[in-house]
Amino acid sequence: MKYLDEYRNEEIARKLIEEIRRIQTCPWVLMEVCGGQTHTIVKYGIDRLLPEAIELVHGPGCPVCVTSLELIDKAHAIARRPEVIFCSFGDMLRVPGSTCDLFTLKSQGSDVRVVYSPLDCLKIARANPEKKVVFFAIGFETTAPANAMLVWRARREGIKNVSVLVSHVLVPPAITAILDSPYNRVQGFLGPGHVCAVMGYEEYEPISARYKVPIVITGFEPLDLLEGTLLTLRQLESGRAEVENQYGRAVTREGNKAAKQLVFSVFEIGDRKWRGVGAIPRSGYKLRPEFHDYDAERLFEVQEISTEEPAICISGQILRGIKRPHDCPAFGALCSPEHPLGATMVSAEGACAAYYTYGRHLKEEVR
Amino acid sequence: MCLGIPGKVLESFDVNGLRMAKVQFGGIVREACLEYTPEAEVGDYVVVHVGFAISKVDEEEAARTYKLLEEMGQLSELEAPDGEEPAAGGKGP
Repeated sequence: MKYLDEYRNEEIARKLIEEIRRIQTCPWVLMEVCGGQTHTIVKYGIDRLLPEAIELVHGPGCPVCVTSLELIDKAHAIARRPEVIFCSFGDMLRVPGSTCDLFTLKSQGSDVRVVYSPLDCLKIARANPEKKVVFFAIGFETTAPANAMLVWRARREGIKNVSVLVSHVLVPPAITAILDSPYNRVQGFLGPGHVCAVMGYEEYEPISARYKVPIVITGFEPLDLLEGTLLTLRQLESGRAEVENQYGRAVTREGNKAAKQLVFSVFEIGDRKWRGVGAIPRSGYKLRPEFHDYDAERLFEVQEISTEEPAICISGQILRGIKRPHDCPAFGALCSPEHPLGATMVSAEGACAAYYTYGRHLKEEVR
Repeated sequence: MCLGIPGKVLESFDVNGLRMAKVQFGGIVREACLEYTPEAEVGDYVVVHVGFAISKVDEEEAARTYKLLEEMGQLSELEAPDGEEPAAGGKGP
């Protein structure tokens, strides 16, 4: 077993699709929460292999997409400073802020660096003691253990010239916000496999019970997504609503205890603005007060920067599953990965970018 | 960025008190931190996310799920009722 190729087996995929066709009697709308899942679905055309009455809508789980314009403007204000080395995951560099992106700042002389792991920032800080190293700590619960470790180690090693600009978002409040919307169409969720590898899935159980909605924690390979769809449909067709774990090879109910412990040592829950969606109460992490010395927003006094999102694209509705990329008149015309107008076109994990990358702007094939 | 990828632990070592490893993803080998998967040993598969192993792949569970998926088609054939009517336009008597 190598845990990749096996879960792309065509013959088993066909069996799963046959079984889905066999049990499905009503139309259903399912949402896959994660951008990584959206990417697999569009890449392999999984949505087109399903019965027409099964609609997959794409969720908010792309951290690059949902990082608020305001935070990006704050990042730019910090990165412009001559004493700063601004470090980020690679896919944040092209994300447009109000005036430009981090690539533009880099070309204008700012020291902007791409890191593979947040721990790389410690090396950079040690090698550049005269500089201030700032890491753009974005992501869902999946990147929180890595980002928490950076802060924890910086304090433990006494490294003073490193700080983090935190924009952490959480999945359960986003699912709740989707379900609370009067426009909600989602009847079942393919839950976020890697988020649950860290956090476990206990916190999804009250959501499933309260809203009577199936939540099936699902992996990222084609067979994972097909099996997750099948398990969700079995629940819907039989009137059940519970949390099920399709991704047992990587996820347990309690999650990764060591990772959770460090995350909660460094972060606490706070309100967070989501790009294209707006503010969701208690939907993100912020640094605990004892780590304020590592808070770049305080150190560089950018808390006052406030930016309103322009109403030029429908990405907020796409992130909540109300609309799909083809519903936007700008999709593939005014808006492309080279010139993204909004959140869902900026990262490979965004629904619009995935549709564009796999050629769905070339010929309208809406189902 | 938010893509976790399973890889095989080739060797593990200590860097400034952090448990690190060389992890192979297909043809690529990269470093990853094993602090959150203390149970992962050389030869195990781990899911790596932004340079950190966040989960050790449970081999037994992976093999069990895969076997169930492989057998699924056969099971649904077994579930079909015995004296099934031939479909319209199907093979006649």
